[in-house]
Amino acid sequence: MEKLETNIINTWCPGCGNFGILQAVKLVVNELISKGTPRENIVIVTDIGCNSKIADYLNLSSFYSLHGRSVITAMGIKMANPELQVIVFTGDGAALEEGVSHLIHAAKRNSDINVIMHNNRLFALTTGQFTAVSPKGFKGKSTPEGSVEEPINPLELMMASNSSFIARGYSSKIEHLKNLIIEAVNHKGFSFIEVMQPCVTFFNNIQFLNEKVYEAVNPELESREKALALIKEWNYNGDGKIPLGILFKKSRPSYEEEISKHLVKDKKIEIEKCLQAHL
Amino acid sequence: MENKKDYSIIIGGAAGQGSRKAGLIIAKLFNNLGYNVFIYEDYQSLIKGGHNFSVIRVSQGQRFSIKEKADFLLALNEDAINKHEKSLVKHGCIIFNKDKIKREKGVGIASDTITKELGGLPIMSNTALIAGFSKAMGIEWKVLESALKKELVHGIEKNLEIAKKAYEDTVTVLKIERLKSKPDPLLTGNEAIALGAVKAGLDIYYAYPMTPATSILHYLSEHEKDFNIITSQLENEIAVINAAVGSAFAGKRSMVGTSGGGFALMTEGISLAAMAETPVLIISSQRSGPATGVPTYSGQSDLLFTLNSGHGDFVRFIAAPGDANESCYWSGKLLNLAWKYQTPAILLVDKELSESTFEFDENILKQIKKEKPVLWNGKGEYVRYTDAKNGISPMAFPGEKAVVKGTSYEHDEKGLSVEDEKTIVLMQDKRLRKFAEMEKEVDVPGAVNVFGNKKAKKAIVAWGSTKGVALEVAERLGLKLIQPLVLQPFPVKQFKAAMKGVDKLVSIECGAMGQMEKLLKCHQIKFDKSILKYDMRPFTVEELEKKLKNI
Repeated sequence: MEKLETNIINTWCPGCGNFGILQAVKLVVNELISKGTPRENIVIVTDIGCNSKIADYLNLSSFYSLHGRSVITAMGIKMANPELQVIVFTGDGAALEEGVSHLIHAAKRNSDINVIMHNNRLFALTTGQFTAVSPKGFKGKSTPEGSVEEPINPLELMMASNSSFIARGYSSKIEHLKNLIIEAVNHKGFSFIEVMQPCVTFFNNIQFLNEKVYEAVNPELESREKALALIKEWNYNGDGKIPLGILFKKSRPSYEEEISKHLVKDKKIEIEKCLQAHL
Repeated sequence: MENKKDYSIIIGGAAGQGSRKAGLIIAKLFNNLGYNVFIYEDYQSLIKGGHNFSVIRVSQGQRFSIKEKADFLLALNEDAINKHEKSLVKHGCIIFNKDKIKREKGVGIASDTITKELGGLPIMSNTALIAGFSKAMGIEWKVLESALKKELVHGIEKNLEIAKKAYEDTVTVLKIERLKSKPDPLLTGNEAIALGAVKAGLDIYYAYPMTPATSILHYLSEHEKDFNIITSQLENEIAVINAAVGSAFAGKRSMVGTSGGGFALMTEGISLAAMAETPVLIISSQRSGPATGVPTYSGQSDLLFTLNSGHGDFVRFIAAPGDANESCYWSGKLLNLAWKYQTPAILLVDKELSESTFEFDENILKQIKKEKPVLWNGKGEYVRYTDAKNGISPMAFPGEKAVVKGTSYEHDEKGLSVEDEKTIVLMQDKRLRKFAEMEKEVDVPGAVNVFGNKKAKKAIVAWGSTKGVALEVAERLGLKLIQPLVLQPFPVKQFKAAMKGVDKLVSIECGAMGQMEKLLKCHQIKFDKSILKYDMRPFTVEELEKKLKNI
């Protein structure tokens, strides 16, 4: 096992779902390295939020970006060096609120990055306000009478954005989550994994999640209809079971591959030739 | 008509009529005859209709400004005559499309009829007008023919046939003298910016379309293969700047381009680049504001905003060139400086500079090369933000045998988040030492230019595109012109040296609130008078001369 820890003291609340995710990620990194991925080629990109502290806890190359910007920063990194394995850790607040445009467009472009969205269904680090996936009626500090907004279904959003890989995991199912991330990393193109997790301090829904989640199988991973049927089983309020697993997967060329096709290594730039046209 | 080797030509028509392209061809004709060329483009924020025009100044010796009075008007429609006839000099000549415009005076060309009779496309009517114009100016057929062959990609034979007929049908009113200078490439400011960055090793250009910066994206996209670069249009300016920071973090030279409103969106990323110590070059081309303002017209009102762009205590490089040569040089220079100091750098230009066409000195490109930044030597454990004496911590990139941690948080030397007082001060001090080095780097000759009568006691201060007109008027009136080119860190020593012997100082700006004056006040430089213009059009030579005559 590689030593992946830094000397930073972990400040997640005891019992936080992030610990499960961190454990799964360590297993993933170890497996990638043991199967030949150079450790230095793994880059994690984080956002702002409790989840993103993972950048401080893992002794890997990382970029701790601005709130909402992890996805687009990760794309910039992948554009610069396609050899890198770029994994994004973001939260439901960052990905679906501040940075939702980047999430949609990265999926649409099929940027070859892996997005892991920790979904605790609220802003935790700012001490508990509703996000796009909080249930209607959510009582937080900004909505003491309960949120009046219906939640959106982020996986449906990813489907509409033409994400080529969509999965859902659960922070308490570490081995299952590890396998999902490995599949996402091996998938060429954009991948989105929503990881359900409780926020033990501000929205402890561990009981709810334990009761609702189940490991689902989509027999036809390329079928949008079958994927949507699974994705719509849960409406992010109280109704329905919560299917876990890879829900959709259909490969196509990645953005970085397509947009850099014309590049030639060590090519001499031809400014003089261009200047001829300006005479 | 008098032969004076300094002419102004207005060419105007509705948007979509092709006046801009026709203007460029005429400019190239004069360029090939040895004249210096400058083109000002005036167009509106619409696709069809309205009124667009180009003012082409052709002269012996360099001129980067326009005059109020024109010698010739090439009218593609009646509107052009109505709008510009009054701008003609006493013996000025109108060359017009006789099929669209009924008038006696001037040189009428039956360009639509000729085009129709010879079976050409309607747009080829412009070819007939250019040919008629050339004949009226006494420009030889072979000069015109070779220019048309070069400029017109489609239907060249038909175009030449039409040109020949119009040429034959038109009378000569003036014999333009051929000058000895050899032609130089004609570049817009934006094209010059693109070339400078490419020469300094640009790898990736990110942008979201916004006038007047858009043509950088167009030009670089068109030449992606020639320059071996990637161009990428993203969902908004916030994406653009953050993607550029990501790419630079992973080792690629990245540049972005925008205008005021887009630049406002980018400011979070400028602050990020400062904290993460990630190099990025931002081209900000000012247009008139506030808000959407007048999108296709110019201004110099983003100066103070640019100087303060991004929250937090940090210094960025800002340079404001005044013509295409300086734009090329400084875009290359700033890209290198951004990498040397791992910092955001901003090239502040404006619509006049971005979209006007200038003679370009190819030797500028020889002065630019990709300079090597301070890199990790590969020995021992890598520490991204090592507490270097000069504040510049060697860079390494992911993929190297190193743990490279870039971050938006305040951090320790390794790039791990911190909140303790000691480390916060340590890292801010490290950055402050770097800012001091940045100041030393740019407070050198060339940061402030001096032109005109260098011994004059009366001096004018002009920056950015206003340099062109100020230079001409300073020469005519025997004034000193001081052009601050580096704006942050401000080259105080250079400016004070430029002020030597000056007892009267006048500022000239295209903006309502005199922002350069405010900047210089911070450095204890006081003005006796300020001349402000905020109709979003550039000063003409006559206009500025009149205002400066009695200072």
